[in-house]
Amino acid sequence: MKILVCISKTPDTTAKISFNGDGTTFNASGVQFIMNPYDEWYALVRALEIQEQLGGTVTIINVGGVDNDTVIRKGLAIGAENAVRINSEPTSAMFTAFQISEFAKVNSFDLIFTGKETIDFNGAEVGPMIAEYLDLPFISFANDLKINGSSATIGREIEGGTETIEVNLPFVISAAKGLAEQRIPNMRGIMMAKSKPLEVIEAKPFTENLQTKQFELPAAKSAVKMVDPDNMDELVRLLHEEAKAI
Amino acid sequence: MSVLVFAESHDNSFKKPAFEAVYFGKKTAEKLGGQCIAIVLGSADNPAQLGKYGADKVVHINDTALNHFDSQVYCSVIAQAAQNLGCKTVILGHSSDGKSLTGRLAVKLNAACVSGVNAVPEANGAVTVTKSVYSGKATVHYTLNAENKIISIMGNSLSPQVIGTDCEVESISITVPASKIKVINVDKVVGQIPLPEAEKVVSGGRGLKGPENWGLVEELAAVLGATTACSRPVADAHWRPHHEHVGQTGIAIRPNLYIAIGISGAIQHLAGVNNSKVIVVINKDPEAPFFKGADYGVCGDLFEVVPKLTEALKKFKAQH
Repeated sequence: MKILVCISKTPDTTAKISFNGDGTTFNASGVQFIMNPYDEWYALVRALEIQEQLGGTVTIINVGGVDNDTVIRKGLAIGAENAVRINSEPTSAMFTAFQISEFAKVNSFDLIFTGKETIDFNGAEVGPMIAEYLDLPFISFANDLKINGSSATIGREIEGGTETIEVNLPFVISAAKGLAEQRIPNMRGIMMAKSKPLEVIEAKPFTENLQTKQFELPAAKSAVKMVDPDNMDELVRLLHEEAKAI
Repeated sequence: MSVLVFAESHDNSFKKPAFEAVYFGKKTAEKLGGQCIAIVLGSADNPAQLGKYGADKVVHINDTALNHFDSQVYCSVIAQAAQNLGCKTVILGHSSDGKSLTGRLAVKLNAACVSGVNAVPEANGAVTVTKSVYSGKATVHYTLNAENKIISIMGNSLSPQVIGTDCEVESISITVPASKIKVINVDKVVGQIPLPEAEKVVSGGRGLKGPENWGLVEELAAVLGATTACSRPVADAHWRPHHEHVGQTGIAIRPNLYIAIGISGAIQHLAGVNNSKVIVVINKDPEAPFFKGADYGVCGDLFEVVPKLTEALKKFKAQH
C-alpha cells in the first residue's frame, strides 16, 4: 500500500492576522504556524494506521518554501516514512493541486489523503482538484475508512447525516473529524524524524489565473450589550427591534 | 455571458442552498450580462420553481445514475452542460456536494476558481470576488483572470428572494459516465434543518453539566425554530453527536442568530461561529472570552436564565 498524505501549513488559530504594506501578502512575522489540523490529526494518522495494519509506505507532501520544513519534520515525527517538498510558494489551491498531481502521476499511489479543508482559507479545493488531475474518484469528508483488499468502505459526512459508500482503490479522500485520533509525536519519533528523507523538488511551470488583489481586516466589532439576567423580555425586545434577528 | 448554476436537490427536493445558489447566479448573471441557467441532476420534484429565485431556464438531466452524488460523474455532466450551453461561469453552493465539486470542475474547465465567496462578484472589466478568511479575521478580494470561472457561494451569505415565476424546464443530451462509487447506506437525521443551512442556532457547552440537561437547549431551540448545536467538549464527551459540533474542527456556520449557552468561547469555537450575524452569549463567568465576541451578553446561571428566555420568547411569539 503506497499512501500519499498532502499536508498544509496554516497560521495557528490564535495568531494575530496582519498583512504587508499594500495588503496583498500575509505578514508572517511573529506568527506561529502549525500543520493544518485536518491533515495532521485525521488524514496522516489514519494513513499511518492503515500502513501499520497492511504494510506499505506513507509519504507526506507539501508545497512551499524552506520555512515549511518544521511542519514537515513534525509529520515525519508522527510516523511518515519520507517527505517531499515542492519548493515554491503556492499562489492558489490549483497551483498546489497541480504540483502534487504532477508528483503523484509518476509515483502512482494507492491512496491520496488530504484534510477536508484548511483552517485558514476553508476552500476544500485541493482534494477534488488532485482527483480531477489524476482522473480518480474523490471521497470527501470521510469520518470512517476501512480497506478490504482492493476496495474500501467509507463513511462520510453529508448535510444532516452520514453516507456509507464503497469504492475501489486508487482514490483521493479528504479527512474529517472522527477518521482517527490525534497522535502526539514522542521523543523517539522526533529523533528519528531528523534522519528521515525529505526530498526537495522544483515546481513545474504553471499558468496562474487567480490573483490575490487585496486583503482587508474587518471593522472592529462593537462592544457587547449586557442584559440583566432577570429581564429576558428585554433581550427578546432587543433581538426583535434592534438586531431584527427574530 | 450566461451563468450555469448547479441547483442541488436531495431526496427529490430543493432546499435553501439551491435557492441561494440560483439567486446568487441570477445576480451574477446580471453583472456579467447574460442568462441564469440552473442545472438539476437526478430526480427532483418541480424544478420549474427555481425560476422564482431567478433562473431563466432549468436544464434537468433526469437520469437515475445521478440520484446519488459522485463528484467525478457530476463534474463530467456539469462540464458538458456548460460547454453545450456556452456558459463560461459556473456557480455552486459551498455545501457538502458543492465543496466536493468546485475544485474538480475548475480543473476540468481550466477555470479560475474561488470557493466560499460571501458577496455577488464585481465585474468592472475584471471579475472580482470576496471571501472571509482566517476564521473571519480578514477578507480577501480575488481577481479571476480566466475565461472560465467557477465560484461557490457560502451558505447564508445572502437571503434568496422570490424575484420571478416558474420557468421553462428542458432536457439536453449528455453522456452520463458510470460511477465508480457505490452508495450502501444513507443515514440522515430527520426533522432538524441541517446546521450549515440553519438561520437560527442554539448551542450548548460544558456549562450544561451533562446530557440530562440538554432539554434546556432543545426547548429554547423549539420556540425559536432553531437548530441545536454544541461545542467540542460536549461532542467529545458524547453528550451530543459529532455532527452537531460547531467550531474549527466541526462545522463552520453563519446563521442570523447564534445563541451560545454555557460556552466559554475558546478561539477554536469562535472560528466556527464568528461569521454569525447576531451572537448572544449566556454564561455565568463574567470573564468568559465569548462575551468579547458577542452582540448581547447575559451573565447569569444558565439553569435560571435559559428557562426565563424560553418563557419570554413564548410570550413574544404569542403576541407576534
